[in-house]
Amino acid sequence: MSALNLSLLYTLAWRNVWRNRRRTLVILLAIAFGIWSMVTLAAIMRGMIEQQVDNTINNLTGHIQVHAVGYRDDPSIDNSMLSPGPSMLKVLRSEDVRAWATRVRVPAVVASERESTGVTLVGIDPKAEQGLSFIAKAVTEGRYLQSPGDQGLLLGRKLAERLETSLGKRVVLMSQDIDNEIADRGFRVTGIFDAKMEATETGFVFVGRTLAQEMLKLGARVSELALVVEDRQDLDAILERLANAAQGLDVQPWTKLEPLLVLTVKMYDATMLIWFVVVFLAMCFGLVNTLLMAVFERTREIGLFQALGMRPRFILSQVMLESLTLLLTGLVIGNVLAWATIAYLGDGLNLSAFAKGLEWAGMSSVIYPLAAASDVVMANLLVIVLGIIASLYPAWRAARYVPVEAITRT
Amino acid sequence: MGHTVICRRLSKTYHQDAIAVRALSEVDLDVPKGDFVCLSGPSGSGKTTLLNLIGGLDAPTSGEITVDGQRVDLMTQAQLATMRLKHLGFVFQAYNLIPVLTGQENVEFVMQLQGIGRKERRARAQAILKEVGLERLENRRPAKLSGGQQQRVAVARAIVSGPSLVLADEPTANLDSENGEMLLELMGRMNQEHGVTFIIATHEQLVMDHARRLIHLHDGRIVSDELQR
Repeated sequence: MSALNLSLLYTLAWRNVWRNRRRTLVILLAIAFGIWSMVTLAAIMRGMIEQQVDNTINNLTGHIQVHAVGYRDDPSIDNSMLSPGPSMLKVLRSEDVRAWATRVRVPAVVASERESTGVTLVGIDPKAEQGLSFIAKAVTEGRYLQSPGDQGLLLGRKLAERLETSLGKRVVLMSQDIDNEIADRGFRVTGIFDAKMEATETGFVFVGRTLAQEMLKLGARVSELALVVEDRQDLDAILERLANAAQGLDVQPWTKLEPLLVLTVKMYDATMLIWFVVVFLAMCFGLVNTLLMAVFERTREIGLFQALGMRPRFILSQVMLESLTLLLTGLVIGNVLAWATIAYLGDGLNLSAFAKGLEWAGMSSVIYPLAAASDVVMANLLVIVLGIIASLYPAWRAARYVPVEAITRT
Repeated sequence: MGHTVICRRLSKTYHQDAIAVRALSEVDLDVPKGDFVCLSGPSGSGKTTLLNLIGGLDAPTSGEITVDGQRVDLMTQAQLATMRLKHLGFVFQAYNLIPVLTGQENVEFVMQLQGIGRKERRARAQAILKEVGLERLENRRPAKLSGGQQQRVAVARAIVSGPSLVLADEPTANLDSENGEMLLELMGRMNQEHGVTFIIATHEQLVMDHARRLIHLHDGRIVSDELQR
């Protein structure tokens, strides 16, 4: 088709679109609303997913963890490992690793003078945890630990309430040492931390790593090594290098450590796709109906086109271009509205009314929409491609008119 | 002089439910180049059917049609479209113009389909619009033109691309006598000055009076064929 014909087609399509302004505005509104809802909802859901992933990664998981083989099945003191050697340190000190730390992480019991409960004892290097996990910024009362040999202990707010203890009071930690003997030690609560999830506040107790090693007679051994990388998309390369350096150890990415989260992400993606298709189908009926009405109303005109020598494929293209014009105009309006909505929600969408449920799902109560290019492209492509396919029927009908019948239609 | 149109034993039968209606029966017709022919007859006599068959808008039940040496009855839809684009011009009783295009754009329409460049297209359209007396109304859309003006634009469009044959079906039916007269004079002038062959289907005496050759149809058959001038 020549440029001349394309220009004619475009002129006809654009002017035909505006012949019935009310009908055109209604279908444009439907397309715009559809794409707006697709892009906006996708951004909100993507924001929720990313926050959930970030929360999990910040919540001690990191992007990659290294353990002794067997630790993930039995996270006890028996499955500890040596601190990283030179080959591992070389990988850990590379530019693409943002932060890393070793931890002692074993089951324990914490007891106050009134209550006791089972927890996970985490011995940390306080400085190394900065930029790696949430704990460095989570202390809201008292102080954060100063060094691996710090004598203090950090309790979650909910756990402190459950133990009926508070800042400055002493608690006792009990666990099993390397010789399978009960080890206990008294600690003063030097900091209370708040976490996004209640389970984190009640499930973890933080002390200096050196003190934990001393208490459990671990020497220089640790339970886990966790790291975060600069770019989550480049995880595979670092994972491979680290696995080569950590021979005999269990090196796993967050996707293997948190299979439920990965499943949730996949579920979100599937939900989004289903939503896209549902919205498109609703939109599609309106579009096809509009085009069929337009074709039906213009039967004589199409007959005239045929009489003047317009080929059937040209007529088909003209109806298709009309559809494309409607789709593109609707998409531009819808995308602009979606962009404005996402920008308006940039400070966060407060869902505190549902905070409990969100917390259970590992999310925050304030959602920050995230317009991922892939979601926007997918929503727009879906509407354009399927919209064009749906328009084939009315266009095909127009192209199939018998000239003499079309031109005499009253 | 060669022939623009040749029809041999041309028949057309329509089927309405189980009833067969013979609209055209064994018609033989030769139309020389540059002729100005009027097909007359009462409603249902077959004049519009004959026009539609010659223009390839409808397919014959049997018989042969040749236009400019090409067998129309053997063409596919795409070939018919090309034939109409290159060789034919149409003027209908109504709904002649594309409502979303201005008068000038309507005149340029066929030339644009033919792939003629913008500059030449514009020049030819403006020249023909001047010739039909509409040079000041070129930017109006059909809804803003009178019936007579619309028909003149239709004639201008029909001949501007240089067809060898213009088929007109009741072109004056919706016009008053003054506009009808004006349109017929215009078509006559185009016939004489541009050498375009005209075949006009009508039941109006005014049109018949303007024709060089008058063919009368009745019940799908040619009952008379006479030269008037």
